[in-house]
Amino acid sequence: MAAYLLQRLIQAIFVLLLVSLLIFMGVYAIGDPIELLVSPDSTVEDIERARAALGLDQPIWTQYRIYLIGLLQGDLGDSFVYNQPTIQLILQRLPATVELGLVAFFFALVMGIPLGLIAGYYADKWADHAIMNGSIFAFSLPNFWQGLLFILFFSVWLNWLPAGDRGEVDQFLGVGSSLATADGWRHIFLPAFNLALFNAALIVRLTRSSIQEVMSSEYIRYARAKGLSNRRILLRHAFRNIQIPLVTVLGLELGNLLAYGIITETVFDWPGMGQLLINSIRLNDRPVIVGYLLVVVAMFILINVVVDVLYTLLDPRIKISGSKS
Amino acid sequence: MSLSKTRKSPVAGEQEKVSFLSSLFDLLRRQSVFSLLCLVIFLLLILAAISAPLITPQNPYDNAQVDFFDANLAPGSMSGDGRFVYLLGSDALGRDLYSAILYGLRTSLSISGIAALLALAIGTLAGLAAAYFRGMTDTLIMRAVDIKLGFPTILVAMVIMSIFGAGYFNLVIALVLAQWPYYARTARSVALVQMGQEYIEAARCLELPVHRLILVHLLPNSLPPLLVVFTLQLAHAAAIEASLSFLGLGVSIEAPSLGLLIANGSKEILSGHAWQLIYPGLALVLLIFTVNIVGDRLRRILNPKERG
Repeated sequence: MAAYLLQRLIQAIFVLLLVSLLIFMGVYAIGDPIELLVSPDSTVEDIERARAALGLDQPIWTQYRIYLIGLLQGDLGDSFVYNQPTIQLILQRLPATVELGLVAFFFALVMGIPLGLIAGYYADKWADHAIMNGSIFAFSLPNFWQGLLFILFFSVWLNWLPAGDRGEVDQFLGVGSSLATADGWRHIFLPAFNLALFNAALIVRLTRSSIQEVMSSEYIRYARAKGLSNRRILLRHAFRNIQIPLVTVLGLELGNLLAYGIITETVFDWPGMGQLLINSIRLNDRPVIVGYLLVVVAMFILINVVVDVLYTLLDPRIKISGSKS
Repeated sequence: MSLSKTRKSPVAGEQEKVSFLSSLFDLLRRQSVFSLLCLVIFLLLILAAISAPLITPQNPYDNAQVDFFDANLAPGSMSGDGRFVYLLGSDALGRDLYSAILYGLRTSLSISGIAALLALAIGTLAGLAAAYFRGMTDTLIMRAVDIKLGFPTILVAMVIMSIFGAGYFNLVIALVLAQWPYYARTARSVALVQMGQEYIEAARCLELPVHRLILVHLLPNSLPPLLVVFTLQLAHAAAIEASLSFLGLGVSIEAPSLGLLIANGSKEILSGHAWQLIYPGLALVLLIFTVNIVGDRLRRILNPKERG
């Protein structure tokens, strides 16, 4: 286990270095951000002074070296637009993104697993067909349009729920969170549901195929022979064994939550990291773009490690060793 | 199991194109009427997109044909000059929404179609090469595939577009870069099974040139699973194209696009012109949903073990 974690750590550092290099070069190629930063009536000298102050007059390799040295000290540089350290900007917005993702994930599980169990249990009956076609429909709905429709129906026409922003934020487990207030819950409901639908469709399909496979195994037949009720067989015996395939796609699902969260945050004006990224791309705020992507890549690596460790907890037969890549 | 085999024509005949489409119809009809209907709707959407200039009352992207005084007309309104009816209403710039949707569909379909075909070609070749040569080639290609598959496609496409900037061809390139690994992974795993078959050994004994062996023998037998990946990735590409265009990271701002139409419609959300948001989205969903259903049914037919 220790060897495995050490190997993953070395891999992670290597991947982060590679990504930082690629993104840094790529973002450098976008164009000169200085024009967006100085006021349009500034003189040539002003522009040159601003350029020098931001270090943009240095050759790209020098810029990258300075960036790397900062990175090793946990410094992602200062945002051009907000005049704040990038890491601070991202950390300020991290709770909103994590909170939206967690609530969406919870919604996805609550919708996806029961529907998947029903579809798998009644395989090839009408309920199964309805649920499976419904799941294809759910992941065929582009999530930005679906989010806009939610706003149209529930905020504009019915006026039930607010359409944007986080609402009232209060201390919850030591960080500011919308989950601590009723107003916050009203605000998070639509975006979380919007983000959850795609993943719920994925979970339905996975649960169904796993449950179908499990239901034909020997130990289920034995449980039936013992005269256990269908309910008990499904929930106690079959469900336990579909947890592993569910964890397998956990990484994929959390990744989707992060990626599609960017769109959901933009549609619902949710002040998270994704919205920060889109604004930074529009304003060509280089340090924030690079910083955001590094943080996201680090999160992806962490997610994958957690998933690997979860395997061993759920199925003691699986052992992770240092040699597994 | 290949598509042609189930039609009991072991050799791909002279009328390959015809037999491919008709066997596709045949297979889907046996699955369900619903899936056949989806295929027909999808083909109709392609036809409508291709013939858009012929079946629309105006070119909504030609300013000379658009009457600004007809802005925000409800569906079914007559145009100011009395020449045609705005079937699906008009948008804030006075464009006929029905025409704009068909022109947008053209962009969506051509971008996702070209991108999916290019990704299919590149990914398949990479996957076949990995399976055929093994060793270093295999390791390099599959490591690149693994790194990409660790990240969601839309995130990768978003990052590439933020670097390249908005535009039609940039979007095609971003989609190809983000999607080829799915084909490579499938092509490799299918080809690895094929490599153990006797016909490959026979072809090797004949000392056929490598390109001939890969393209003429290995490729056709690896195609059916790739067709499934192709349909599902095509749908995904259309969704990503619209999403990125909506965010301003897709096609350029004056190009016809369903994503941009929806973005414009979203600005009208409070002014009661909801049709500008609803109809372009419905067209997009119809496209993605029908392609997904066809892909899903093909997957079930070609791989009966893995149902669902």
